[in-house]
Amino acid sequence: MPEHLFTSGHTACSGCGQSLAARLVIDTAGPNTIVVNNTGCLEVFSTKYPESAWQVPWVHSLFENAAAVASGVEAALKYLGTKDTINIIAQAGDGGTADIGLQALSGMLERGHDILYVCYDNEAYMNTGVQRSGLTPFDANTTTSPIGNNSKGNPRPKKPLPEIALAHGIPYVATASVGFPQDIQRKVKKALSIKGPKYMQIHVPCPLGWRHEPQLTYAIAKLAVETGLYPLVEFENGVKSARQIKPKPVEEYLKTQARFKHLINNPEELKRVQAVADSNIERYNLKLQ
Amino acid sequence: MKEFQEGSLAVAEIVRMCKPGVVSAYPITPQTHIVEELAQMVANGDLKAQCINVESEHSAASAVFGASAAGVRSYTATSSQGLFYMAEVLFNIAGVRLPIVMTCANRAISAPINIWNDQQDAVSLRDCGWVQVYAEDVQEAVDLHMIAYRLAEDKNIMLPVMVNMDGFVLTHGIETVDMPSQEQVDKYLPSYTPLYKLDIKNPMTIGPLVDPDYYMETRYAIQETHKSVLGMLPKLTEEFSKVFGRTYNGLVEGYRLDDAEKAFVAMGSVCGTTKEAIDSMRKKGKKVGLLKISCYRPFPHQAIYEALKNVKKVAVLDRALSLGSYAPLASEIKSVFFGKKKGPQTISSFIVGLGGRDITVHSIEEAYKLIGKKETCEFIDLKPELLKENYA
Repeated sequence: MPEHLFTSGHTACSGCGQSLAARLVIDTAGPNTIVVNNTGCLEVFSTKYPESAWQVPWVHSLFENAAAVASGVEAALKYLGTKDTINIIAQAGDGGTADIGLQALSGMLERGHDILYVCYDNEAYMNTGVQRSGLTPFDANTTTSPIGNNSKGNPRPKKPLPEIALAHGIPYVATASVGFPQDIQRKVKKALSIKGPKYMQIHVPCPLGWRHEPQLTYAIAKLAVETGLYPLVEFENGVKSARQIKPKPVEEYLKTQARFKHLINNPEELKRVQAVADSNIERYNLKLQ
Repeated sequence: MKEFQEGSLAVAEIVRMCKPGVVSAYPITPQTHIVEELAQMVANGDLKAQCINVESEHSAASAVFGASAAGVRSYTATSSQGLFYMAEVLFNIAGVRLPIVMTCANRAISAPINIWNDQQDAVSLRDCGWVQVYAEDVQEAVDLHMIAYRLAEDKNIMLPVMVNMDGFVLTHGIETVDMPSQEQVDKYLPSYTPLYKLDIKNPMTIGPLVDPDYYMETRYAIQETHKSVLGMLPKLTEEFSKVFGRTYNGLVEGYRLDDAEKAFVAMGSVCGTTKEAIDSMRKKGKKVGLLKISCYRPFPHQAIYEALKNVKKVAVLDRALSLGSYAPLASEIKSVFFGKKKGPQTISSFIVGLGGRDITVHSIEEAYKLIGKKETCEFIDLKPELLKENYA
C-alpha cells in the first residue's frame, strides 16, 4: 500500500496548490474511490503515459464532461449493486467547471447522482497559458483580460458557482482552501458521508499563473480567506456555516501576486477590490464577533 | 415471432433483449421513440437497466462512456444535430476502445433546419473510429443490434458500433418483423465481461495524456482493428444465421449482380426501392443489379472489388454530400478500382433523397438513364424552378 493514493513523481510545478489539494481529497476519500477527471492541469501533470500518479481507478474523457461521465459510472455501479461501497469523485479546474463544463455539472446535480464534484479553483485556465475563466477574480491580470490603458484586468467578479450549485437543492455545498488542509479533509469526509450530489470548490494558488513565489502557496491561500476574498462557507441541507475571520485589508493578499501588481499604487482600484471582500464579509457574516 | 411493428419500437424491443445495464440518451434533437420505449420498459420493470435522462447528447455519449468504462453494457441513440453534438465524445469513445452500441436514426443536418431523412449525419462522422453498419429494413435494423454487440465486445475488436437506420423511413415505418425469443438472443449474445474496467481492486488509469512518443500507435491500433472487423463481421453473421435463420453477408450484398452490366451501389433503405426498380427494369431486359453496402466503416474495399470488378458501368447513390468535392460514397467506390486491372469503365455519382425528399422507383430509373453519361455528382429529383430565385 503506497503512502498516498496520489503519489509523488508527477510533473506539477513547484508550489502547485492543486496537486496538494488533490492529494488531500483522494487520501481522505480512501482507496474505495473512482475518480473522473476533466482535462486540465491535474490530468496533464498526473497521467503522462506510461506513468500515473493515481493509485485508485481513474478515468479522463474530455474537458467538459467529467460530471456526465461520472453520472454514467454511478449508474453502472448502481446496476452492479456496488455503489454503496464505492465513492465517486468528479474533479476539474475552474474553467472546466464554471464555463465549458457547467451544463454537464448542472445536469449531474439536478439528476441527484451520488457523486462528489470537486472544483480546484486556481482562477484561470492555467494549463493553457493563464486565460480568464468565469472564476477569475475582479481586476486580475490574465492573458485574455490583460491590463492596458483601457483595462484594469478582469472586469467582472467571480461567478457565484457555490450558490449556483446550491440552487439545485443539493444536500452539500462547500468552499475550501488549500491554506486550511484539515478543513479540506473534514469537508471531504462529511461530503462523502452524505448521499446525493455534493459540490466542493477548493481555492488553489498557482505560482505560474498568479506569479508568486512557490514557497508562498499556503500563506497566500490563507490570506485570500483572511481578507474575505475567498470565504470558507459550508451549506449542509441548505444551512449555512462559515469560517469566521478578523478581516485583513485586501492589499495584504494582492501584493503577494504579480497578477494584481497594477492595483498596488492605485487607491481607487484597491477600494473596488476591498468592496468585493466587504460584500463577502457581510453576505456570509464572516466577521469574528 | 412475426409482428407488425414500428421500426423504433422493434429496435427498443431488441435492445431490451440485449440487456444493457445503462441506457442514456437525450430525447430531442431529433430523437425517435426508441428511448421513450426503453424508459417505459424500465418503468414497468421489464428492463433492469439504469436510465439516465441527460441534459444533452454530449452528456448522453459521456454517460455511456462512463458506464462502459465501469464495465457495464451500455446503449444510446441519437441522430442528426444530436450526433454532431456528440462528435468529440464519439472520437473519445473509440479512442478508449469502449464497446458501446448506438442507434443513429439518419437524418439531415441544419441549416436549413430539416428533421427528415438522409445520411449526412453519420457519413460526416465516418472518421471517428466507430464501426458503421446500415440497415435496409426494420428486420435488418433489429438483427444488426445483436450483431453489433457481439462485434463491439469481441476481445479482438473492442470498438463502438453505430447501427444506422434511415430516419422516418425505418424508424417510423411499420413493417413485419420476426422478433427473436429471449432464449435465442441469449444464445447468440452472452453477457458482457469487460476486458478492462474501473475497478477498486485493480486500479487503473484510463484516458491518460499521450505524447508524440506514443500517440500514433494508438491510432494505428484502431486502424488495424478495423481490418479485423472486415474478417469478423462475416463470421458473426454466419453464426447469426445458424441461430435465427436469416442470412446476411455483413459487409456487402449483391442483388441480381451475377450477369449485370450496370449496377447501382447504395446504403440503407434506398436499397429496397432500388431492388424494386431493378426488378421492373429486368423485366424490360435490362441487365442491372445492386450492390448494397452494409458496412461503411470499415470500408470493405476487397469485397466491393470482387462484387463489381466485372460490371461495366456503376452508379453510386449517395444520400449525403461532401460539399465542394465528389459525393462521399462515390469517391470511395472510385478509390476501390484505382490501379486495379479489372473494374467498371465508368462510375457515375448520383445524389438522391436529401432532407427527406422521396426516392421513388422513378428516381432510380432516372438515374439509370444517366449511367455512363454523367460522371460526377448528378442531383436526381431537383426542382429547377426553385433555383431560379431573383435577388435583384
